[in-house]
Amino acid sequence: MNITAAQNHNNTESGTLANIKATIDGVEMFVPIDSANRHYIEIMRQVDAGKLTIEEAD
Amino acid sequence: MALSKIRIDSMTDAAIQSNRNLIINGAMTVDQRHDGSSFTVVNGNATTGVIADRFRVNETSGAVLTGQRVADAPVGFEYSSKLTVTTADASLGATEFHRVIQPIEGKNISRLNWGTSNAKTLTLTFYVKSSVTGQYYVSVFNNAADRTLLKGYTISSANTWEKKTITIIGDQAGTWLTTNAVGIHLMWSLGTGSTYQSNTLDAYQAGFFMAKSDQVNLAATNSSTWQLTGVQLEIGDLASPFEHEDIGTTLRKCQRYYFSRSSQTWVFNIDDDDSYRRGTEFFPVTMRAAPTVTVTWGGTPGSARGVQYTATDKVVTYVDGESAYAYYSAIVGDAEL
Repeated sequence: MNITAAQNHNNTESGTLANIKATIDGVEMFVPIDSANRHYIEIMRQVDAGKLTIEEAD
Repeated sequence: MALSKIRIDSMTDAAIQSNRNLIINGAMTVDQRHDGSSFTVVNGNATTGVIADRFRVNETSGAVLTGQRVADAPVGFEYSSKLTVTTADASLGATEFHRVIQPIEGKNISRLNWGTSNAKTLTLTFYVKSSVTGQYYVSVFNNAADRTLLKGYTISSANTWEKKTITIIGDQAGTWLTTNAVGIHLMWSLGTGSTYQSNTLDAYQAGFFMAKSDQVNLAATNSSTWQLTGVQLEIGDLASPFEHEDIGTTLRKCQRYYFSRSSQTWVFNIDDDDSYRRGTEFFPVTMRAAPTVTVTWGGTPGSARGVQYTATDKVVTYVDGESAYAYYSAIVGDAEL
């Protein structure tokens, strides 16, 4: 999968991290913080490998 | 009825019970992503890397493949998943390959006792049709890709449906997960570079392999085709007739991993001045894990909109700072393995 952008996305009520808003294969997706989710696994793999940076939430 | 007429061995090993197929959508009846339309395979893409539901294509060479669920099948079936080579690659690099794979969730294989001395034998049945005759391989490997069993089969006649039955012994070693992660990968090789080739057949080996060196490279010739349907993987060393399900049952099984709906859903205001709008979408079935969500929005965007809560049973969307109307026209939840 081709991940070109990733940004933390907060819950608008609580202000806590809700998910990662990412552009994957050219499509905006909301990736949950779930270690069983394959997109989350791949995002964190690329972050650990220094290939991707997750931007701070707005 | 005389007791001798009853297949006691089959009864005790679940072979004549319903829900015996470990494969989901083996008759290719559900195609949520494409509904029969063709697409160019993009490796790893959630949409363009899947033919019929649960059957994923991985293409890592210079070849280009198109995938399509087509209305061409052997007697007793309506559909098959079809791959067509549109750009050839006759010389695969060491780590290049083309394959079709179904990852089986660990929660569905706990009864197999793999990784123990009680590991159960499975029987794989499928129908295959290809323009390229010759030697092919299927394999099973575990989540960590450190245990593999390779099995060969031959396509004898070009462009003719052939039924294959393959015995898969259970692995008494290794780790085969029984969680919501992948328990078993079932894979059909369509061409494999040297890194993933092995001469060891019919016995488990450490490591990850996809074929022997004599595996056909489907992509060696432009316009080559390969089709698959009627896939059944069941406990025991006997192949039973394909277990046809009603469409609702198969669809619900698929929706544990992928859910797509294209119809208008309003995101309603929750305060007096319409500044905050929220929409809750309940999934048809509880999904394997919290899914990645894609929303196709309609209406005007407000000051912000997105997804603010996701669980295995629902997703909550939001539109803030919007006094007009807000809705989405499509939503996808992806919890594929």
